[in-house]
This record gives sequence, structure tokens and C-alpha cells, in this order.
Amino acid sequence: MSATGIGAAVRRKEDFRFITGQGQYTDDVVRPGETRAVFVRSPHAHANIKSIDVSAAKAMPGVIDVLTGAQLATDKIGNLICGWMIHSKDGTPMKMAPHPALAASKVNCVGDAVAVVIAETVGQGKDAAEKVKVEYEVLSAVVDPAKAQAKGAPQIHPDIANNTIYQWHLGDAKATEAAFANAKHVTKLDIVNNRLVPNAMEPRAALAEYDAGTDNLTLWNTSQNPHVARLVIAAFVGMAPEHKLRVIAPDVGGGFGSKIFIYPEEVVCLWAARKLRRPVKWTSDRSEAFLTDAHGRDHITHAELALDGNGKILALRAKTIANLGAYMSTFSSSVPTYLYATLLSGQYDIPQIYCEVDAVYTNTAPVDAYRGAGRPEATFVVERLVEVAARQLNLEPAELRRRNFVKSFPHQTPVIMAYDAGDYNASMKKAMEMADVKGFAKRKREAARHGKLRGLGFSAYIEACGIAPSQAVGSLGAGVGLWESAEVRVNPTGSVEVLTGCHAHGQGHETTFAQLVSERLGIPFDSVSIVHGDTDKVQFGMGTYGSRSGAVGMSAIVKALDKIEAKAKKVAAFMLEAAEGDIEFKDGKFTVAGTDKSAAFGEVALNAYIAHKFTGAELEPGLKETSFYDPTNFTFPAGCHICEIEIDIETGKSEIVNWTAVDDFGTVINPMIVEGQVHGGIAQGVGQALMEGAVYSAEGQLVSGSFMDYTMPRAHDLPSFHVGLTETKAPSNPLGIKGCGEAGAIASPAAVINAITDAIGTEELAMPATANAVWAALQRATPRQAA
Amino acid sequence: MYNFTFHRPTTVRQAAGLLARNPDAKLLAGGHSLIPVMKQRLASPAALVDLGLVEGIVGVELKGRSVSIGAMTRHADVANSPVLKEVMPALASVPGSIGDPQVRNRGTIGGSIANNDPNADYPAACLGLGATIITNKRRIAADDFFTGMFSTALEEGEIIVRVSFPVAKKAGYEKFKHPASGFALVGVFVSKRGPDIRVAVTGAGANGVFRVPSFEEALKKRFSPKSIEGLTIPASGMNADIHASAEYRAHLVGVLARRALVKATA
Amino acid sequence: MPAVSMTVNGKAVSGDVEARTLLVQFLRENLRLTGTHVGCDTSQCGACVIHVDGIAAKSCTLLALQCEGAKITTIEGLAAADGPLHPMQEAFREHHGLQCGYCTPGMIMSALDIVRRRGNDLDEHTIREQLDGNICRCTGYHNIVKAIAAGAKEMGKGGTTQQAAE
Ligand SMILES: Cc1cc2nc3c(=O)[nH]c(=O)nc-3n(C[C@H](O)[C@H](O)[C@H](O)COP(=O)(O)OP(=O)(O)OC[C@H]3O[C@@H](n4cnc5c(N)ncnc54)[C@H](O)[C@@H]3O)c2cc1C
Ligand code: FES
Ligand code: FES
Repeated sequence: MSATGIGAAVRRKEDFRFITGQGQYTDDVVRPGETRAVFVRSPHAHANIKSIDVSAAKAMPGVIDVLTGAQLATDKIGNLICGWMIHSKDGTPMKMAPHPALAASKVNCVGDAVAVVIAETVGQGKDAAEKVKVEYEVLSAVVDPAKAQAKGAPQIHPDIANNTIYQWHLGDAKATEAAFANAKHVTKLDIVNNRLVPNAMEPRAALAEYDAGTDNLTLWNTSQNPHVARLVIAAFVGMAPEHKLRVIAPDVGGGFGSKIFIYPEEVVCLWAARKLRRPVKWTSDRSEAFLTDAHGRDHITHAELALDGNGKILALRAKTIANLGAYMSTFSSSVPTYLYATLLSGQYDIPQIYCEVDAVYTNTAPVDAYRGAGRPEATFVVERLVEVAARQLNLEPAELRRRNFVKSFPHQTPVIMAYDAGDYNASMKKAMEMADVKGFAKRKREAARHGKLRGLGFSAYIEACGIAPSQAVGSLGAGVGLWESAEVRVNPTGSVEVLTGCHAHGQGHETTFAQLVSERLGIPFDSVSIVHGDTDKVQFGMGTYGSRSGAVGMSAIVKALDKIEAKAKKVAAFMLEAAEGDIEFKDGKFTVAGTDKSAAFGEVALNAYIAHKFTGAELEPGLKETSFYDPTNFTFPAGCHICEIEIDIETGKSEIVNWTAVDDFGTVINPMIVEGQVHGGIAQGVGQALMEGAVYSAEGQLVSGSFMDYTMPRAHDLPSFHVGLTETKAPSNPLGIKGCGEAGAIASPAAVINAITDAIGTEELAMPATANAVWAALQRATPRQAA
Repeated sequence: MYNFTFHRPTTVRQAAGLLARNPDAKLLAGGHSLIPVMKQRLASPAALVDLGLVEGIVGVELKGRSVSIGAMTRHADVANSPVLKEVMPALASVPGSIGDPQVRNRGTIGGSIANNDPNADYPAACLGLGATIITNKRRIAADDFFTGMFSTALEEGEIIVRVSFPVAKKAGYEKFKHPASGFALVGVFVSKRGPDIRVAVTGAGANGVFRVPSFEEALKKRFSPKSIEGLTIPASGMNADIHASAEYRAHLVGVLARRALVKATA
Repeated sequence: MPAVSMTVNGKAVSGDVEARTLLVQFLRENLRLTGTHVGCDTSQCGACVIHVDGIAAKSCTLLALQCEGAKITTIEGLAAADGPLHPMQEAFREHHGLQCGYCTPGMIMSALDIVRRRGNDLDEHTIREQLDGNICRCTGYHNIVKAIAAGAKEMGKGGTTQQAAE
């Protein structure tokens, strides 16, 4: 392994600009003549708009214009869409209500934008926004997914009965039922997967500019997938044809899913910039972000696990209601269906699985993919069921898992996925050693002496990443293919630019992708640069989410590099006056087999461009290749996390005293970066389990609407983590990569709740397990259990 | 934030004059309560009178049997005051627990007390020690000063210049942090100075900081955590929100009072 | 509009601002020093931390006018343009203390304040407690804590509590 090649903990190329304050995030970009957009937002969760009067606002100092939804409609700006079709059990398509960028007749959640003020400064814009008079007829609201389908619940979108978007299912209901009928033991759980606010630290922003001379629009935005944004804004919103719209996502300060989606503000800024012939910038306040960023999770589930007398799992069934909020966000429909129910087999050989999912509208912010997207929800269901079943059967939780692990591959689950490689016992075994599970009983006794309860919780998770084979997702309803592209441009001097359709917002692609290229071409790491995030530079790509950049994005680069090598060999053959078939390439050098003739990669590159050694008839000059890589399967990262927790009996406050994570990510390009991804994921999962929760009042006001009320994990809430790896290569891609971006967030909530419930001796505990919640659970538990 | 005019007096008298002349004026101390609410447009003073350059209202001094703290003394400077750490570390621990280091670097005792946030820490210390709030006009006993959530006995144009804390031999503060904001979800300050025993609670009460007579009574027999073992306060009148139920807050009052007593009697 | 002048990263600067201009707006919009970020509107995230007269403060909760005559240091002022990185910056890179980089300037400026107050030998518990005013959504803090401990040590080797380059 070279110091900068695959497997090396290379320090990141991108860091210099960030640690010196020279990152360029969207709000840092300034265009001449720039104006600022301030949105007028609904204070009501559900209301008819009777009238909007913008005259007073227009007369305010610094105001350029005030625009409304009526004008948006007049200008034929189309609605935002959800791009993944789900069909209900009865075959009917999902019911997607119109989502205009500015509401014209009705608002459906607090924060719904009804008008936009374009002003010289943000201060002036805010002053004027207060002067926009909106007359509302307030309607009653529904925020709880369990109540959304009830008779008499407020109807959110006309024509969509019972606020029900779809009633979907997966698996064999009859066979599952039969398996349950034969079971010796059934474990049942009611689970709420709490609603989360992604809260990437950089708030969303958009800056739009119109060039009247060329009729071109440019959008700088905080996007994880600028090409998809362009496609949707061009093809569905109808803002401008794709070739007249450039989308640039510069440095992006975290995404976690929330910046995949196409949002109203981007559409409005583009529209206003063209209308007013001035650049228009909008930067979200954190309070606005709480109301308008797509939230995550928000499931209510009843789940059951059937087992035989030997602790062998026979079947699993689940009924879930998923809250999608007021509108269907870009990928919202896929999250509680194909990203969720398909993972309900966990790491286990479960003969029968049946899952029903109802997706509903409520008067809350839209809900879409958030780190893990569906898979954390599935893992929570499976790993809570398994843990509780073990406790009920008086089996060691590890033993029950071991008895049921999938042990031979490939393994077809009853819920679509075909696991191709893994060794689940290996990661659990290693995790148990690292966590010193053997010594736990002693530590528990020790803690009891100090008035503390100690608990241990496992989570043996699996996820499907490397999203995804286009044909497969197409058959499941995706509106796009989920391949990835790469273009490798070799410069005449031998340095290389790689253009990728992936987008980094913390993942370090500039480093890991360069490691791959430098190793493969045998050129210095510093001679490689990665270009991403600009639709004018990169032709097309699907962006970064679903831990897909390694498995799919890097595979595309490998394919393009294969082509580069093939072409370069042709050039070398002319240079070295040998047959193409005799040219070998190794460590950056082309040699002729059996001779001492050689040419360095740089020399070959130069020859490809000067083209002195071959005629145009023999070979095209230049050295640049493109590849579109479509994966042949999902990848299946899996592992085992173990959480050890200590609880203050008097206050209910829990402290994580030890965290062990052993993950199998397949090939690891840069262990430093991979560990960092794991750390961050665990922190988000611990956040979900212990402290985070978006809470709406019955009237639809977001009660946890700022960092004053929405608890973000801070440094003192977390321990240092013990992270280890096992490795089985992913057979479906050339590098054997599985992906690591979401694992931590997927694994950790179940580990935390399993640990707390172990400590307090009752399973009745909802997330977030705040000190108050744990204390209350302890009060409910019998004294024997609490002792 | 709405716009305003900005003034920087250098004496208390000038500041008082500016307040008198500008009807909708507000004092600005560390700004760590006022600026956030102005940013949310929940406060809209027409003028700000910045106390940042005003002389003579900064510092911690031992004056006989009391500690006198200038209104503009920052939380960090009170927390780190060698005098205070020596004579009454329990009081130093109060600003030491406020918010985060950056907040402690700017926020002031005068601003905190004038603001009387129901979850703020200093009000518990003032009430728990029987402090005297000294303004440009008069001296106000802590027992009379805090009159409810975000409300105090301060009159229009009145400026806190100093707070005087009697030195208590035994004192302790225990805080259970609000998980999101870092303020006190519940905080309890206990003290004993001769026969004067005080138990003051912040964060829990629907009307802001309050004393717990039943605990104080029980502690008269013996100032020890044992004396209030098993004692609770009723949940009625406690705050309830998404972070803590009234029952939980009432329960924490007992737990934290005992823990504060452990510190005070250590 | 009122005038304001101060020293930023060793340079005297001045400008006319509305009274309501926050220091962070003055830095970002008037001076185009965009390394200082805004991550919240409730003074909690610490993305905006800078130093006022050597002491860390949240520039989103300070008026520019309150800083009249003050010496301000921002992330851009830690290392001279052509000089070496500050040891704390170097430590963040070496220990992978950043991912998206958005919280990073505030983290580094806060880290220096921890060193100022607590010295060069920092244990994990102290660092975690003292990072209370800074939120990072990416790293889980693990590597930030490591970076700060290492950066603090390295600064100690320099024999000072080394602040800005100026
Ligand atoms: C992120 C964050 C976390 C916090 N956490 C905590 C916490 O845990 N515990 C806690 O107690 N506090 C906390 N605070 C509040 C902090 O302590 C404030 O600094 C304090 O409440 C107000 O002090 P200030 O000097 O900043 O006052 P300012 O904000 O300047 O003023 C507050 C109010 O007091 C008035 N005022 C100021 N000085 C005087 C005076 N001398 N005489 C009369 N009136 C005056 C002002 O007009 C204003 O109405 C937190 C603040 C933030 C931003
Ligand atoms: S921007 Fe969040 S604390 Fe200043
Ligand atoms: S590195 Fe992204 S928020 Fe900290």
C-alpha cells in the first residue's frame, strides 16, 4: 500500500480551505447587483388564503418587488414533484397533491411560503415582509399520523380521501400468517420512530442569476445533487430548458439527505431573478430551516416476531403509518417503502415477512430521506424485536442473534433483497470482544454500588447501499436511473482531472477519489483533482446520498480509468514501436513485455496530445474518457454496535459509558475518513435515541423550532467511540466497496434503547429517551425491576 | 432585528439621562438575552444604551461580610474571581454553570438579574443568599426583586449598578441543565447563614424563581441532606413543557436540593 | 448611518453601518471575511465564534457598534497568508477534525479560547465540557476532541498560548 493509495489514511485535500476560512459556501458567493429574498410564511398549520395585500410592503424602503403564488401561476411555473411512484395494494397509483412553490389558495403547514419580498438587504426585506397582509381562514389541523386517516380528520388536499397517499404492502401475507399460527412464541412491540430535523450546520441557501443576453439562468445552491435539481426544475417545474439552466453546488455544509430535495425557495429565486433582472439570494435562518427543511423518520409501527421453541425466527410482520407531512417531497414515497420494508429481514434468515405501510398527509413539514432513510426505521424494528424476544425467552441476546444469522450467501430474503456477501457473526464476535461483554456483569454491580443502573444493548444492523441498479429501481417506481458517471481528463502534462456526478459535502471525495486515481495511474496524489457540483462542468450525475459515492461513483471512475489505460496503451504502442498487445502498464509506467523499453504515464499523455507519433487515421489524439456505471446489485454493509449505558436512578439521566462499533464496509479506501463517517452517524443516531425530536402542538405549531428546544448532540453528550472493521468484499462492484455513510445512524438508536431498557427492566420507553422519559419509565416499572 | 439608535454613555448618570430622554430605550449589557430576542423581532427598542463603557460597575469585591459584584461583571469573571472562589465558591459556581464559555465571556450579572428569565441561574443565587440589588435609585432585597417570569421590581429607567451577596458559611448550587438550551431545567441554591436558611429554586416554577419554605423549615433542625429526605413539593404550580413534566420538575427539586446540600455541607 | 472602526486581523477597518448590524454581518458582508459562519439564530451553535480583544465571542450576538475600537481576530487571521498554519489549524487537519467544514472556523476559534483559559494540557472531559457552545453535525466530535488536545499540546511546545499570527 502506498502512502496515498487505497487503504491509506491520507489527510484530506479539502481541509486547507476550510481551516483557513476560505471555503466557498453558497451564502459566501456574491453576485453584482445581488438582492435578497425574504419569504412571507404562514403562521397557521392549515388555512385558506382569503386575500394577500402586498401594497404596503411594496412601498417599504429598499423593496424591489413582492411576488405571490398567483403571479407564479400566471407565469406558468410548475409544481414541485415527488419522483418515485408507489402503487397501493389495490394497484392504484399514489396520490400526489400539487405542491406550488408559493401557496396561492391554501396553506398546509406552518412555514408554507405565501409571498416573497425581494429587497436590497435582508433587514429591509424582513421589515417589508411584516407589512404583507394575508387574510387567512384558519382550519383545524392534524399533525399526528395516527389520527390523519380518522373519520372526520381535517381534509388536507381536496380529492385525497382520509389524507392517505398510499396503502402499500410487501411480502406474503398468507404465508406469514401461517407461520405466526405455528409459532411457540410471539414478541409484539409498538414503536414510534420519532420525527427528526436534519439540521446540517450550513442552512440551505439559493442564489439565482439571469443573463438576459444569453437567456441563461444560473443557480448556486446547497445541493447534494445539482444535476437532479436541474432536471426537476427544467422538466417538471418548467423554469427553463436544461441547457439554459446551470446549477452549481459549491462547498456544502452537510446534507444528511435534507439537501437532496428540490425546494420551493430555489424555484422562487430563479423565477424572481429572471423577472426582476437582478440576482436574488436567499439564505435560510435556522428558525426557517426548522420549519421548511424536509424532516426525517416519523413512523408509527406495530411489529411482531414469531419464533419456534428453539429461538429460531419463523416470521416477522409489521404495520406502519408513515407521516409524509403536508406535501410529498422529492423522494419521500420511497423512504417508508422500498428503503424500509426491504430491510426488515435484518441480518437474519427469516422465512416469511409481511409489511404494510400507509403513508399519510398531515399539517406538518414534508418528511423525506434523512441519514439512513428507511433503514434506521427497519433496523429499529428488527433489533428491538430480536432483543426483546431474547429477554422474553431468557436467551442471551447475542445467542438469539447467532442462531438466526444468515450464514450462506447469496441469500434471498422474502423482501426483495438478495444479500451477496457478509459475515455477521464475525463482526458481532469482534464487537463483543472489544466491548468486553464478558466483564459487563461486574461493571453493572460496580455501578449499582454508586446508585447507577447499567445496561448493555446490541444492534446488529444491515443496510442496502450503493443505490442503485437502475433497472431494479425503475421496476420499483423510481423516476430516474441511479447509475453514476465519471469523466477522466488527462492533461498533456500528465496531471488528471476527474469529473464526477457525485457531490461531496463532508465526505472527502477530493481525497478518496484522488487516492483511487493516483494508485491506479501511478501518478502523484497531488496531480489529481476532483471536479464536482457544477452542471456546466460535469455532464450528468445523480449526486451523493445512500452511501453511493464509493460503490457507484468510484466504480464509474474505475471504468473510465480502464478506458484511459486502454487508450494510453495504444499511444504507448506507437511511441515504443511495439504491438499494442505487448504493452504493459504498472506503477505509472508503460513497458513492452520482454524488453527494457518504457514510457512514463506523463510522456504518454503528452504524446496523446501532440499526436506526432501516429496519424489521425490510426488513432484519435487526446486522452479523455467517460463512463456511466450502473451497479448490478445493492451493497449490504452490516455490522454490530454495542452500547453500554449508565443511568442515574434519581434523575433518569443516561450517560453512554462505552460505544463499540464493528462494521463491514467491504473495501476501505481511507480508514480515517471511514471512521469519521461512523462517528458522525453514531452521534446522529444517539441524538435520535436520547434527545432529538420534532414536536408539533395539536394546532400544528412546531414546539421544538430552534436549538433552544430541539436538543442537538453536543460534545459532552457523547463518549469517544471504539470503532473496528471486518471485511467481506462487495461482489457487485469492481472495488468491493459497500459504503459507510449511514451505518452509524442506522445502527445506533436500537443499541441505545436496548441498553436503556436492559438497565431499567422495562420495554416501555419511547424515543427520545430523555431523562424525564427514563425517570417516568422507572416510576412505572415494578420496584423489583427498578432496583 | 428592527433598527434603533445606539448610545454609549460612560457614566451611570449619563445612561440614566439617555433612558429618560429616549422613551423606548433599553439598556444593553452583555446583549446575550436582549440581542437574541431583538433578532427574533420580539423586542423592538427604539434606542439602545450600551453600558459597555460605563465606569465603576465592573468587578468583584469583598466588603466586610458581603461580596459586591458590579452589574457589568461578566459571568466568566465572576466564576473565576479569586476572592469569590475563596469566600463563597458556591456563588462562583453559579455563573460557571451558565450557558457556554462564549456566553460567559459576554453575559453579565446585571443583565441576567434584570432579565429574570424563569430558567436563569443567578436569580436562584440571589434569592438563595438573600442578596441586595443596588440600583442607581435604591436597594432592593432579592425577596422583593423577582416578581414573576421576566418581571422584576425595577422601575422605568432604573439601572442595576451592583449586587451585594452576604457571605454564607454553607452554600451550594446544583443545576440540572435543560438538554437543549443549557439553562436550568431546574436549579436549586441552598444556604445557611446563622439562623437564616434558604432554599431557592429556578427553572421549575411557572412564576419564576421561588423559595421552598417546607424544606427551609425542615433544615432548621439540622442543615443536612438527611433532613429533607423523602420531602417533595407539589407538582401544581410547576412548569410543564416538552422537556419535563410538572411531576418530574417537582421531583428534581427534591433531588437537586439534597445534592446542593451535600455540596454545602461537604 | 453610524460609523464604526475596529482592528480586524491586525488591519484597521471602518465602515458605515445600520445600528442593527451584527458583527458577523459586518465581517461577512462589509469586509467579505466569509470564514466566520452563521449556523443559527439563537446564539447556540458557535459557527460564528471570533475573538474580541483575545476572548472568544459569538459574533452573531454582538453588534458591530459594540466593537468600536476593539481588536477582532477571525479564522482568516490565524495564519499569515504565506506563513505556516496555526498549530490548532494543523491539528484539525491532522486528526480529521472536520468534515463539511462549516462548524470548523468556530471550533478552531473556540479551541484557542479553551487553551487560553485552561492551558495546553487538556483532558477529554475538559474539552467536551468546554465545547458546549459549538455544535457540529458531521463529526460526532470524536476527532474534534482529539484535534484540540493535540493542537493545545503543540501550542505548548511553541512556549506560548500562541494566538493569532499578527
Ligand atoms: C446560548 C445562551 C445560553 C445561555 N444559557 C444561560 C444559562 O444557562 N443560565 C442563565 O442564567 N443564563 C443563560 N443565558 C443568558 C445569559 O446569561 C445572559 O447573558 C443574561 O441573561 C443577560 O445578561 P446580558 O449581560 O447579556 O444582558 P442583556 O442581554 O444586555 O440585557 C438583558 C436585559 O437586562 C436589561 N439590563 C441589562 N443590564 C441592566 C442593568 N444594569 N440594569 C437594568 N437593566 C439591565 C436589558 O435592558 C435587557 O432587558 C444564555 C444565553 C445564551 C445566548
Ligand atoms: S450563529 Fe449560531 S451561535 Fe452564532
Ligand atoms: S464538520 Fe460539518 S458541522 Fe462540523
